[in-house]
Amino acid sequence: MEDCLAKKMEITVSEAEKRTGRNAMNIQETYTAYLIETRAVESQSEGQCAPVDSLWRRYSEFELLRNYLLATYPHIVVPPLPEKRADFVWHKLSADNMDPDFVERRRIGLENFLLRVASHPVLCQDKIFYSFLTQEGGWKEMVNETGFQLKADSRLKALNATFRVKNPDKRFTELKHYSDELQSVISHLLRVRARVADRLYGVYKVHGNYGRVFSEWSAIEKEMGDGLQSAGHHMDVYAASIDDILEEEEHYADQLKEYLFYAEALRAVCRKHELMQYDLEMAAQDLTSKKQQCEELATGTVRTFSLKGMTSKLFGQENPEQREAKIKVLEEQIQEGEEQLKSKNLEGRDFVRSAWADIERFKEQKNHDLKEALISYAVMQISMCKKGIQVWTNAKECFSKM
Amino acid sequence: DVLMSYLQGTSLAEVNSFSPSVPLSPSSATNQYKLDDERELRDLFVTVDDPESHITAIETFITYRVVTKTSRGEFDSSEYEVRRRYQDFLWLKSKLEEAHPTLIIPPLPEKFVIKGMVERFSDEFIETRRKALHKFLNRIADHPTLTFNEDFKVFLTAQAWELSSHKKQGPGLLSRMGQTVRAVASSVRGGVKNRPEVFSEMNDYVETFSQKMNILDKIAHRIYKEEREYFNEMKEFGPIHTLWSASEEDLADALKGVAGCIDKCCKATEKRMAGLSESLLPILHEYVLYGEILMGVLKRRDQIQAELDAKADALVTKKTEKDLFSEELGTLEDKAECANNALKADWDRWKQNMRRDMRSTFTSAAASNLRYYEECLAAWESFLASQTVEPQVEEDSEDRP
Repeated sequence: MEDCLAKKMEITVSEAEKRTGRNAMNIQETYTAYLIETRAVESQSEGQCAPVDSLWRRYSEFELLRNYLLATYPHIVVPPLPEKRADFVWHKLSADNMDPDFVERRRIGLENFLLRVASHPVLCQDKIFYSFLTQEGGWKEMVNETGFQLKADSRLKALNATFRVKNPDKRFTELKHYSDELQSVISHLLRVRARVADRLYGVYKVHGNYGRVFSEWSAIEKEMGDGLQSAGHHMDVYAASIDDILEEEEHYADQLKEYLFYAEALRAVCRKHELMQYDLEMAAQDLTSKKQQCEELATGTVRTFSLKGMTSKLFGQENPEQREAKIKVLEEQIQEGEEQLKSKNLEGRDFVRSAWADIERFKEQKNHDLKEALISYAVMQISMCKKGIQVWTNAKECFSKM
Repeated sequence: DVLMSYLQGTSLAEVNSFSPSVPLSPSSATNQYKLDDERELRDLFVTVDDPESHITAIETFITYRVVTKTSRGEFDSSEYEVRRRYQDFLWLKSKLEEAHPTLIIPPLPEKFVIKGMVERFSDEFIETRRKALHKFLNRIADHPTLTFNEDFKVFLTAQAWELSSHKKQGPGLLSRMGQTVRAVASSVRGGVKNRPEVFSEMNDYVETFSQKMNILDKIAHRIYKEEREYFNEMKEFGPIHTLWSASEEDLADALKGVAGCIDKCCKATEKRMAGLSESLLPILHEYVLYGEILMGVLKRRDQIQAELDAKADALVTKKTEKDLFSEELGTLEDKAECANNALKADWDRWKQNMRRDMRSTFTSAAASNLRYYEECLAAWESFLASQTVEPQVEEDSEDRP
């Protein structure tokens, strides 16, 4: 962590701006650009401030960066981006991507993403990431030149592996189940939270209707008038207070959403393992069958049924020279295969080791972050309760003076 | 007997304003004392309970047990227990309105619930009605005039067959219809022309008051509905955290803690809702009904005024039998004056009661909300405390096998 970029450089996504431009198909579109500001961290005692560098990036560029990281570091749980479209909204929030509140929360999410990458021991050292932060022009070309798209495994291949792999590492199987459960429970939680927010909003806002009626009623009362009027005022305060409360809760929801998306990143690492393991199993299987073929040819015995064996039985055995040639080819292939298998094994073990190290790091981060999030939720509830106590204490006093 | 009710209706007010020992004071303190006095001097106690269902070939209906305890001399016994159905209450109300056209007769629960929230004979409906009927009889018992009404006494004491036969007495259907026709006719014409200022003010007040009560009633019902929906969502919200804790290790504790807090808040919400439905909603509903009752009382006063005005106008053109006519006019003048005074006194009393009811019910609704937030605060604060103490507990648990 000592060497990570976050310690050496201040990174912020400070602004968001609406832009219009022409896209790849030459059609005019509106999009939002985000200003990334970076500044080298100087020692405070010098009292100097390094100059701020800045450049603009749009969401699609962030996506490109992340795809590059995913392909280049398959053993790392790559931090997720904030959601592309507003999801889990309750009625007051709009699902519009151009809505200023959504844009603001996305800005925060993008900044969080950059900070996560910058504080990751492995990812922070990546040159492409550094250029993303500092090099405005030509970055896209630079990324594409790395040819990372070729490294990326096809979805189909990965799916195939998931179903056919025979001996994946147990820990990864468990991790996959965990990430499925995590994803399912967090999305359920977010959905219900949105509904709870909706209802809470309703309760508070309806109380706001009291204000006006009390005021109109107080006009025809003599002794009750003052009490009614002032109570009505407190009802207005109560009704208005919910807006800030729910605004704050959105940030809590965003914290949970980050880990909802992290679950997908976890699954990606598991999938990579399954793929490598499957690859390994296929290579081992292939080697075994070649060795068997070799043995059969050498000893002339047919241990298992094979089409070649049958045809040779039907059409006669090959002559010794042909057999020798075949054996030689096979022996070469077997040697190649054994080397490949060895290196695949090594790769596989390396992957498991480094992936698991990052997973442990991730687990600790997750436990810490989510616990903090839950605590901050409690703090929010406490603040809401205190506001409620104040308003209703005041209202009660006004009513008692009616 | 109109004169009797006039005397009784204004008796306390008269006594207070003419007695040298009690200073003439319009302050609420004195009026409050007067009302509390009514309570303390009570010598008649009524309860309505024990709803029972009766099924006959023709209909199904509910009867309620009405228990009366009294020390009054006019009553032959000190305790009575009778069973009454809603129809009987309706009868009583109409008799009271007949006998005291310008007194404010308390509201009865409605015949039907149109909102469709509650089924006709559901337990909730019956209980709501029972409470309202209990309140109705108690308000009559507390009223300085109505409490001595003969039909009220019969209602409280007569056995079923006695009540039936008593109901059949009194002005017949035709004469009652005649009364109604005259009333409708005179209400169309007037009583408004010579209406004293004070009653016009009352009219304006009742119109606005009625309107505001209706709106408040709607608001309170809406709040109840929203709170119930909130409660339903929260019921689902808590358990998700518990479910999540099952797949976590380090987080399990915090998650279960949050689930527990949400659960407590749920229970607190239930209490808050109960408070609303037991206190604020019924009171607002009663005062919605009072709005209509007050309009009725003012109309009846106008009718009495109209009768008087018609007679006075007729006298001007009358050529013969002027003396007889004048006597009749005098009677109507007395009747109108009594009616007006009775209403004025009852109006003051009603306003004091309304103020007390509103103050007490809104204060307790606020108190209920206060309690809700205090309970929720306690739950979350205790959770927070447990989370910051945690680290030490974790260290200890490592030593355990």
